[in-house]
Amino acid sequence: MCLGIPAKVIEINGYMAEVEIGGTRREASLQLVPDAKVGDFVLIHTGYAIQKIDEKEAEETLELLKQLGESNGSGE
Amino acid sequence: MKFVNEFRNPKLVQALIKKVREYSSTPIKLMEVCGTHTVAISKSGLRQVIPNSITLLSGPGCPVCVTSHRDLDRAITLASIPNVIITTFGDMMKVPGSFSSLSKEKASGKDIRVVYSTLDALKIAEENRDKRIIFLGVGFETSAPTVGQAIIEARRRNLKNFFVFSALKTMPLVLKALIDLGEVNFQGYILPGHVSVIIGVKPYQFLSRDYGMPGVIAGFEPLDVLQTILMLVEMIEKGEPEIKIQYKRAVSPEGNLIAQELLKKVFEPSDADWRGIGVIPETGLKIAENYGDFDAERIFKVETPEPVEPKGCRCGEVLRGLIFPYQCGLFAKACTPESPVGPCMVSSEGACAAYYRYNKL
Repeated sequence: MCLGIPAKVIEINGYMAEVEIGGTRREASLQLVPDAKVGDFVLIHTGYAIQKIDEKEAEETLELLKQLGESNGSGE
Repeated sequence: MKFVNEFRNPKLVQALIKKVREYSSTPIKLMEVCGTHTVAISKSGLRQVIPNSITLLSGPGCPVCVTSHRDLDRAITLASIPNVIITTFGDMMKVPGSFSSLSKEKASGKDIRVVYSTLDALKIAEENRDKRIIFLGVGFETSAPTVGQAIIEARRRNLKNFFVFSALKTMPLVLKALIDLGEVNFQGYILPGHVSVIIGVKPYQFLSRDYGMPGVIAGFEPLDVLQTILMLVEMIEKGEPEIKIQYKRAVSPEGNLIAQELLKKVFEPSDADWRGIGVIPETGLKIAENYGDFDAERIFKVETPEPVEPKGCRCGEVLRGLIFPYQCGLFAKACTPESPVGPCMVSSEGACAAYYRYNKL
């Protein structure tokens, strides 16, 4: 029930936006994330964007995970 | 899908599982308190591949499951009021109350509609001005702002026929209640990612500060969960409990301030009755006085008889992490997703439904 799906903001009309989720488009409200801009990724929960996704943080988490995986592979 | 597939990378998953095996020396129990985690962990098969020394428990994280029988009965009774359209998320439909369920009421002719969003409920209210539309608000802090926003929007659009029945609940103090109950000995919390998107880190900090209980706010993909387990194992082994964020791409330390303001404006804390646990003060969100004209409880004073709990159902014990679903005598016999006895088997996010679907023994 607390599902949140990453979606890309394609177009903004007032407080509503057209967002793309895995290739399909649908409408979502930006009332809870009013500073979202076209091109941003947001988390969608029951038709509302609830947060912007921080791409830099996502990359850093992945980098950390890769380092953890590599240190494992080299037997450290 | 971006931000999903990268966090499912099978090679990295394997490497992380190995790492968890290396790190984990003493047996520990970790509890997740989010239905979406229950499903994600079961679906990915992580339960089977993490070392035996780590036990993952499911707590009271499925909002439909923790809705008390009394609240369920009242929601079902609302459907009998003339000229009313009930709008609800789909998960609520099949949950058996003491005397009926929403799907049975719908089959008998009541106007009950499943919606994807509160935006849909508002649309139904606009298109049916001669009817009274009641939205059944069930959920945690993730969903509550969307319910609050609908109430604000209804006032702005001057919709006098839109009402909310709020069985909304808040998460942090139930985590305290579980520790205070002292029934289950667990060493760390896997904290709910999307609740935390809204509330941030601060509301959990008492856990490590006052109880020495570590917690990690976790994302939902296999790599997220594995990294979370690693972070918890490390804190437990070192004896340095903290509240940390693993799901940094979505959760900021302060949370969504706009949503928090909205919650303060539209709701006020109230006592809430949790299935299996009982009444926990200040864990409910009732509609604030100023928005009382949208409060279905105030407008439609529904009286229901004493609730009758289903016989043999151990959903309450499952929700407290006391037993695994398969330890209930009804599991996969008298109680299945097709013919559920208790809510933990009905909701797609209930622990019993997740175990039935992915971990049936």
